[in-house]
Amino acid sequence: MKINVNGTAHQIEVEEDMPLLWVLRDELRLTGTKFGCGGGFCGACTIHLDGQPMRACLTPVSLAKGKQITTIEGLSENGDHPLQQAWIEHNVPQCGYCQSGQLMSAAALLAHNASPSDGEIDQAMTGNLCRCGTYPRIRSAIKTAAVKSATFENAAAREGEN
Amino acid sequence: MSDRSVENIDRRRFLKLTGLSAGGLVLGATLPGWQPSWAAGLDKGGELNLFVSIDGDDTVSIVCHRSEMGQGIRTGLPQVVADELEADWQKVKVVQGLGDKRYGSQNTDGSRSVRRFYDTMRRMGASARTMLERAAAERWNVPAKECAARNHVIIHIPTDRRLGFGELAAAAAKQAVPDEKDLRLKDSAQFNYIGKPVDTVDTPDMVTGRANYGQDVHLDNMLIASIERAPVLGSGIAKLDDSAARKVRGLVAVERLDGGAEPPLFKPLSGVAVLAHNTWTALKARKLLNIEWTESPHEQHDSDDYLETLKDNVRQTGKTAVAEGDVDIALETASRQHSAIYTLPYLAHATMEPPSATAVVGEEGCEIWSCVQDPQSVQQHVGQALGLPPEKVKVNVTFLGGGFGRKSKPDFVVEAALLAKKMQRPVKVVWSREDDIRHDYYHAASAAYFQAGLDEHGKVDGWLQRTAFPSIGGTFQPGVDHPANFELDLGLTDLPFAIANRRTETQQADYHARIGWLRSVSNIQNAFGVCSFADELAHINGRRPDEFLLDLIGPDRKIDPSQGDYKYGNYGETLEKFPIDTARLKNVLRRTAARADFDTDGGEGWGIAVHRSFLSYVGIATRVQVRDEQLKILQMHCVADVGLAVNPDRVKSQMEGAMIFGMSLALMGEIKMQNGAVANSNFHDYPLLRMHQCPSLTVELVASGEPPAGVGEPGVPPVAPSITNAIFAASGQRIRELPINKHLKIG
Repeated sequence: MKINVNGTAHQIEVEEDMPLLWVLRDELRLTGTKFGCGGGFCGACTIHLDGQPMRACLTPVSLAKGKQITTIEGLSENGDHPLQQAWIEHNVPQCGYCQSGQLMSAAALLAHNASPSDGEIDQAMTGNLCRCGTYPRIRSAIKTAAVKSATFENAAAREGEN
Repeated sequence: MSDRSVENIDRRRFLKLTGLSAGGLVLGATLPGWQPSWAAGLDKGGELNLFVSIDGDDTVSIVCHRSEMGQGIRTGLPQVVADELEADWQKVKVVQGLGDKRYGSQNTDGSRSVRRFYDTMRRMGASARTMLERAAAERWNVPAKECAARNHVIIHIPTDRRLGFGELAAAAAKQAVPDEKDLRLKDSAQFNYIGKPVDTVDTPDMVTGRANYGQDVHLDNMLIASIERAPVLGSGIAKLDDSAARKVRGLVAVERLDGGAEPPLFKPLSGVAVLAHNTWTALKARKLLNIEWTESPHEQHDSDDYLETLKDNVRQTGKTAVAEGDVDIALETASRQHSAIYTLPYLAHATMEPPSATAVVGEEGCEIWSCVQDPQSVQQHVGQALGLPPEKVKVNVTFLGGGFGRKSKPDFVVEAALLAKKMQRPVKVVWSREDDIRHDYYHAASAAYFQAGLDEHGKVDGWLQRTAFPSIGGTFQPGVDHPANFELDLGLTDLPFAIANRRTETQQADYHARIGWLRSVSNIQNAFGVCSFADELAHINGRRPDEFLLDLIGPDRKIDPSQGDYKYGNYGETLEKFPIDTARLKNVLRRTAARADFDTDGGEGWGIAVHRSFLSYVGIATRVQVRDEQLKILQMHCVADVGLAVNPDRVKSQMEGAMIFGMSLALMGEIKMQNGAVANSNFHDYPLLRMHQCPSLTVELVASGEPPAGVGEPGVPPVAPSITNAIFAASGQRIRELPINKHLKIG
């Protein structure tokens, strides 16, 4: 079976029903995507499938065939996605374990909604548990990143007009 | 082990080991060449030194010997060393220490890391600085007192000549170890990093998926084990049919683990391990196991019935732990009496990363990679299980995806070691979420009875507190059936109230499930009772809760709860260094109350609670709304006096986390046991607070010159009572049985 992860094609020999989570972690050693619950309750394994946030623990690998899979390792080339920068600026992580999933959910939110309201942030992020309790900082960091992204986009748009 | 052993090492071994360093300055002992495979970027190629080493290229490597589980200790302790050393933080590399008793205690538990090692780390930094200064003085042929370290260089003050740390490292390494009395510690006004919000060193790795946790370990030729464990404590395998499981493609082996007799200690539970080349295969095959379990003395255990029993028990006179005055007379002669019973259910740690451990066992010994809070305990217990001395068990500590006390119990590491020995190849044990929820070392279910006698002016003259919960002691000793004194010291016997007549009693609570310590331990139930009952007394008297509490605490003083044979533990510290200081408690109370508006109405209300634990003082003020049987927490404010805050931002983040941890347990935390087995299984039936339920949180740190005290835990205990006190203020409903979602819907 062939799958495409972070722009790279991989040939894998696994059962069709194996969740993408274990393909990523055990077969491809992309361990940034975390195992939290195996039941879609915690969001630690959130990845993007053609840009849509998905729980990798509930996604059979067969569903990912022919689609673009993005994991935390591929969110940005140099770890400088506006959200990653904002996460550092707000010193968000504590233990850090859930943060890959939090970032992937937040990235999907901002990709569809450049300036989410508090309610929209809560709605998009409520599937991602954090036991350490970083929710307030995640909220602040998403807002910071939204402002930065908007600034970049506006700058890019102006450049385009010129 | 106290940090004294570090001092001993420091005196004995300081700079005896220069030959082992690559020409650099080495402080303390040198460890064998064990490099955690995940400690990427470590260019010393196998030379890990006890706490400080300096390379010719100016890099200062500082070992963090405590486990990182979100508290920021890999930043906090190195920050202290770097400050005294006058190192440039940008040139500091943090190296994770292996399990080794020469570090002193590595048990990352009890909110101890900074308070126990602050002084040691300062001395380590100052010693290294002194040696660099002396080396520079020799090079320039000037008196050492004319030389001073400033930001990674030594300066000869009169001539402004300068030498970098890297240039001096080899020469400094040949210096004699300074006597402790010759060390000049900085004045706090000179601190560069201590007390400053230094960036957390691991954040960049955590936001890019590069940080490696126990679950992320991979070794060549490794098998993954998933274990079906006995659902009831004390039960073993009666019959195993693994024929269906063995048909699963990719399955390698099915192995039995024998839990042995109680007490549970840190032994594995009885179970059947399914080993495969990948996690999915192991999980799938495990579901096909057909196991009959032996009978257990605990199979009638039902947590609801148990709590009723505990409630009955605390209504009866119990064993006196400590008493002052005569509470019986005080209660008899009181103009008014009030009593209440509070209960809390069992709780699970539910770290976001389920436990996981990887082991290899060979002729030389055993090597472990795991997310553990106490690598030396791993050495001890894995060693016992394999028949090896502790030093033959090499423990690499990965990042911990949360700890909260769960990962200081190394049962899961022993499982991996036993399986690796059987299989003669590397084995990673992967706990699922269900395993984690069903086989934890639970926070004890509890009931507590409080009775107060008030005089005609509403002054409290007598206070009786009687508690029943299964003791942590039962995990280690058979037959323990009452709470232990060390569990009473966490919020009951250290009651900071000026009440002449009082008594603390315990009542029977039998042991039916593995009990362990969970973030702030019995402070959770003890503070819930004390802070709720004090609030009830305030309302009975028609007083504002904060004003009543100030009277209850009484004059400024330092309390020693020890009485006769009863010795108060004080979290392992002396009362001289860390007194129970009512002035600090009242200061926190006043500042907490200043955030609350006790006249709020319209279905809204404020509640407060203050509590000293782990030598720190924390107050929580909570605003709630109660409408149509629905609760919404609108706002929460924390005031914390933790003494000196080495990294104020991480202290704040710990308090934020404690508020959320406290909300989870207060609102929805409940492990249920039926027929001896845990009925919950995952986050749908053991829910945690989610973002949309999280109110706006603020934290206020009290500026303090007092020694650094505990941070990770003391934020938790006052959260639950501040919420239930707020609910009473908002609605008149007094919630005495947690979790709150038994009584109100959670909005």
